[in-house]
Amino acid sequence: MAIKERMSGNEAVAYAIMQINPDVMPAFPITPSTELPQFVSNYVANGKIDTEFIPVESEHSSMSAAIGASAAGARTLTATSSCGLAYMWEMLYVAASDRLPIALALVNRGLTGPLNINCEHSDSMGARDSGWIQIYAENNQEAYDNFVMAYRIAEHKDVMLPIMACMDGFITSHAVMNITLLEDDVVKDFVGEYKPEHFLLNKEEVMAIGPYGVSNYCMEAKRAQAQAMMNAKQVILDVAEEFEKISGRKYGLFEEYRLEDADYAIVAIGSACGTAKDAVDKLRDKGIKAGLLKIRVFRPFPAKELAEALKSCKAIAIMDRAESYSANGGPLAAELGAALFKYKNQAEVLNLMYGLSGRDITVEDFEKVYEDLADAAVNGVKEDAEYRYIGIRE
Amino acid sequence: MNDLIEIRWHGRGGQGAKTAAMLLADVAFSIGKQVQGFPEYGPERMGAPITAYNRISDRELRVHSNIYHPDYVAVVDETLLHDVDVTSGLSVDGGILINTDKNKDELIPLLRGYQGNVYTIDARKISEEALGKYFPNMPMLAAMVKITGVMDEERFFKEMQTSLEHKFAKKPEVLEGNMKALRMAFKEVQ
Repeated sequence: MAIKERMSGNEAVAYAIMQINPDVMPAFPITPSTELPQFVSNYVANGKIDTEFIPVESEHSSMSAAIGASAAGARTLTATSSCGLAYMWEMLYVAASDRLPIALALVNRGLTGPLNINCEHSDSMGARDSGWIQIYAENNQEAYDNFVMAYRIAEHKDVMLPIMACMDGFITSHAVMNITLLEDDVVKDFVGEYKPEHFLLNKEEVMAIGPYGVSNYCMEAKRAQAQAMMNAKQVILDVAEEFEKISGRKYGLFEEYRLEDADYAIVAIGSACGTAKDAVDKLRDKGIKAGLLKIRVFRPFPAKELAEALKSCKAIAIMDRAESYSANGGPLAAELGAALFKYKNQAEVLNLMYGLSGRDITVEDFEKVYEDLADAAVNGVKEDAEYRYIGIRE
Repeated sequence: MNDLIEIRWHGRGGQGAKTAAMLLADVAFSIGKQVQGFPEYGPERMGAPITAYNRISDRELRVHSNIYHPDYVAVVDETLLHDVDVTSGLSVDGGILINTDKNKDELIPLLRGYQGNVYTIDARKISEEALGKYFPNMPMLAAMVKITGVMDEERFFKEMQTSLEHKFAKKPEVLEGNMKALRMAFKEVQ
């Protein structure tokens, strides 16, 4: 029997962690993810789980300790946000290239500066090429579900990569909303026990993890790592299919909301997609064919599938919650733009920046985007509109 | 009750406006509603104006923006009336609830022409009498439940009793005072 509850996103992910009872969690607190190590250490202190909780002195150390624990053969996780993720940077690459299936609960917050604590995707987007799988959530329910699925994806023998399960800071992490939880034993059975094929504490198989890679072998290691990320796409879909059987909730690489016959599509990531859905419904009531594509999986990037899903749209707004200062749009626009070109999609494309440093975005803002798309579909994209900030004061 | 009720709370850091919003979400959840309770965070410090929000509905809640056109507004600290445009976007069909020992006629001139219902509650007096300390969030919560009609009186007290018994399992001595504050506020809001 599913459990009806109300919880914040942080509470929900901590609950999933409690149900999974991983072996090791090193962590260092940072807003807005601080509650995660706090809740987990409460579970540990109350004897609810026997996770080894390691308070460390920095995020560089939390990721280093996670790497050590995971290499030893332990199911491992940590949590962080913003500058905490930045401080892990070099170790993120080590975790991925050592092929360690660590889970990271990332509560998205902008990188400094200006110094700000609110939601932005610049932290995870900055780490998009670090070799981690990235899955994003629209709300507390998805944050919980994604975490329940995380180890099944990361630990799959065809993958063996670390995974970042992301949710929007404050908007999701601190908002209490209704949620449907799975029972403890259902989660335990679904996630299963971690039985690593190779691990440092196996005295039958003496090995080194993370040694110097000579040029003669290093490129093959990287190619194998790239293949693992390619393999992850199918594994993510397979795990989602199994998850649907225990939860009734369906997940893919992305969600299509009233997209099938849409002339105008918005593509976005995270909590803003819920707000956009209300805008879609309002416009549909007026007979305007609006649709939404919500990215769930950003790494691996489902380029071909996205281009296919968007193939009959006349105009597309790609919305980024992270500036990449490339003078060429945000990270989602750059990648999706390339995919649309590669697969010969002819739609007009706008790139819109929104929600930086927690700037609010409303249903009305999304309605205006659809108006702009309708105009672009007829008149083409004006040069000054192709890369625009929503709600900016000039 | 309308299909969707949107509430905005204004308080100062440390007064419990966020807690009141979370408690309201909890109690509305307990009667089967779809709920949202969330704070808007700035540079956190004691005494700075803060905002928190509630959405309560029978339908799934998908919107994650702040609330600009609330049905109801709660003002936990009346000094905010001078600094913050608390009635901004407030529906005239709804109302504003102000924690004050003044009477309405003194406050209405501060509401920037707001034409809807004005409710007052002396949460300090109630809290100090019932709890011996100043915690305005319980009286504010009860008053908000009453004016919005989110749930009926008996059900509200029953749910709060259960929830506070759980919350104060290790401090049962404060349970009675909190229940008393809720009951007084329910009666005294005007």
